[in-house]
Amino acid sequence: MRTAVIPKSRNPSSPPPVDAAAYWAGIARELAVSGDGPLNIAQLAVDRHAASAKADKTAFRFLDEAGGRRDVSYRELAALTDRFANLLGALGVKKGECVFVLCGRIPELYVAVLGALKFGAVVSPLFQAFGPEPVRARIAQAQGSVLVTTASAYRRKVAPLRDALPSLQHVLVVDDLGGEMAQESLPNTLDWTTALAAAAATPVVPDTTAADPALLHFTSGTTGTPKGALHGHGAVLTHYATARYALDLRPDDIFWCTADPGWVTGMSYGILAPLVIGATSIVDAADFDAARWLVILAAERVNVWYTAPTAIRMLMKAGPALFAGRRFPDLRFIASVGEPLNPEAVWWGVETLGLPIHDNWWQTETGGIMIANTAKNDLKPGAMGRPVPGVVAHVVRRVAGQPPERIATPDTVGELALETGWPSMFRGYLGQPERYRECFAEGLYLSGDLVRRDADGDYWFVGRRDDVIKSAGHLIGPFEVESVLMEHPAVAEAGVIGKPDPLAGESVKAFVVLKRDVVADETLRRELLAHARRRLGAAVAPKEIAFAECLPHTRSGKIMRRLLKARELGLPEGDSSALE
Amino acid sequence: MPLDQEQLRTALLAIIKTLAPETDTAQIVGSLPLRKQIDLDSMDWLNVLVAIHEGLGVDIPETDYRHLATLDSIVAYLSGRLAKG
Repeated sequence: MRTAVIPKSRNPSSPPPVDAAAYWAGIARELAVSGDGPLNIAQLAVDRHAASAKADKTAFRFLDEAGGRRDVSYRELAALTDRFANLLGALGVKKGECVFVLCGRIPELYVAVLGALKFGAVVSPLFQAFGPEPVRARIAQAQGSVLVTTASAYRRKVAPLRDALPSLQHVLVVDDLGGEMAQESLPNTLDWTTALAAAAATPVVPDTTAADPALLHFTSGTTGTPKGALHGHGAVLTHYATARYALDLRPDDIFWCTADPGWVTGMSYGILAPLVIGATSIVDAADFDAARWLVILAAERVNVWYTAPTAIRMLMKAGPALFAGRRFPDLRFIASVGEPLNPEAVWWGVETLGLPIHDNWWQTETGGIMIANTAKNDLKPGAMGRPVPGVVAHVVRRVAGQPPERIATPDTVGELALETGWPSMFRGYLGQPERYRECFAEGLYLSGDLVRRDADGDYWFVGRRDDVIKSAGHLIGPFEVESVLMEHPAVAEAGVIGKPDPLAGESVKAFVVLKRDVVADETLRRELLAHARRRLGAAVAPKEIAFAECLPHTRSGKIMRRLLKARELGLPEGDSSALE
Repeated sequence: MPLDQEQLRTALLAIIKTLAPETDTAQIVGSLPLRKQIDLDSMDWLNVLVAIHEGLGVDIPETDYRHLATLDSIVAYLSGRLAKG
């Protein structure tokens, strides 16, 4: 029977300690680190286990598209990452420089990320479905000096813009074209395998502290260039504590996080958190495939599964026949992140997989899970859950020129705000201090997400404060898409919105006003689509382009995306007093 | 008269060209994984399957997705399905 609450054990976890600072100090003690002493993510994730009785335990099990599998132990991972760190040193890379990765979920990506962290470089992942323009913009903004990529991605996305990226000194290429890509046909690159084999095997002792920058994740706002959110090595305390508390992850578990490391979830929980816990992680190189996923869950005996609403909805759509006769006796906990999980999906989990799916909430900026439905607490399908220990949340109303007003009345919509100070809080937007400052007021991080808190203390997602589009769990900035459309000679103006989509949550739709005398026809529509996809890649480009006579503007000349969206949805257009 | 393999290939490339018009379909190698050669995200891929359903009348169940890695294998799969009627 479907109820408003799924009851859990009679012993819910004890309420979080009042003092967040004391909680995080306790986590640091557990990991034998201190706030101002040496602290390095790769040391805690890899080297610590490689030097223990766990050394030969499988850290990653890599599944490739052809059905092959490769197990890499903590000991092997330590040796490989030592080599990559030594290689960076031999190339003359300096601590604090930015190493980008652009490739699929192949072992080399994981070695590069962890080796670069060990070296003390800043790691920035690029999503493999980005087109050349998002790749260029991000590498240029961070002045990236190293890129690890595949031959196919290099040829398609990087080679054409290499001249526009003077900071990029070293490109390491993994041959994914089966040898048909001779090295000499990729000038100014190094072959990954050759370079790594030639690098010293000497163990590397990291010399970073909690505050040293470690990770750079780009995220999108409503306006302007993408924002590069920087996290320090200390963020690992949050990864560790939240994987245990919010994902119920234990050292003996087999864990599968389906998120791509091109995004923050795939980095924090697809690479780092399970290693710090000391678990075994499954990594599947293939794209989503419902039948394949069910085989992986069962055959790899996955205990804890962290996935996303879009994937869950695609599994639901695959229909019950696919699940007939399948059992997942090893599966103990399922969690989801990226966008709110509808109650229907939570119940589908109960009825099809035998377990509810636990939604949780966080953002690139928070670096780790902040609000969660957990294994022990009663679950309200459709809710985000409650703040994890060490995180103090409020619902606030922004008041111009004054401190944000805290809302105490239950079920009142306001902005979700977090008291600053948790270890994985972002330390800046690269090169954009003003935008960073705007995220904070009176010791609170203002998330931009609208929520309500019910009388029991459970949070419910309501929407975004701004016009950022959320597609398949990823943020897409309308401005980045509009700018590329406006580059086309036929386009006078473009307005981009998120259109509700049954699988992805939202899909990108563009409204385009053409220049005078340009004829709107199917040929031009396709040409614009091709232009946008070529520049932005499939993950960011619009899925739909519509021609418009004009776009609604505010008095100050900004495009009113909200009104475009209301029109698209056939909703009342509301107060139009600020219109042109 | 069912479509022959060449016509199926042409129909399939037309679908790809509609959804991803930037694709140079002449460059696609039929025996290599399709999604390694062209830029289709998972939404695009679902839209390809929807278009196959609408255009060719073949509804592909999830359990058959493993047959769809390359252009050649998709054509062979569709050809087999259409022959069965």
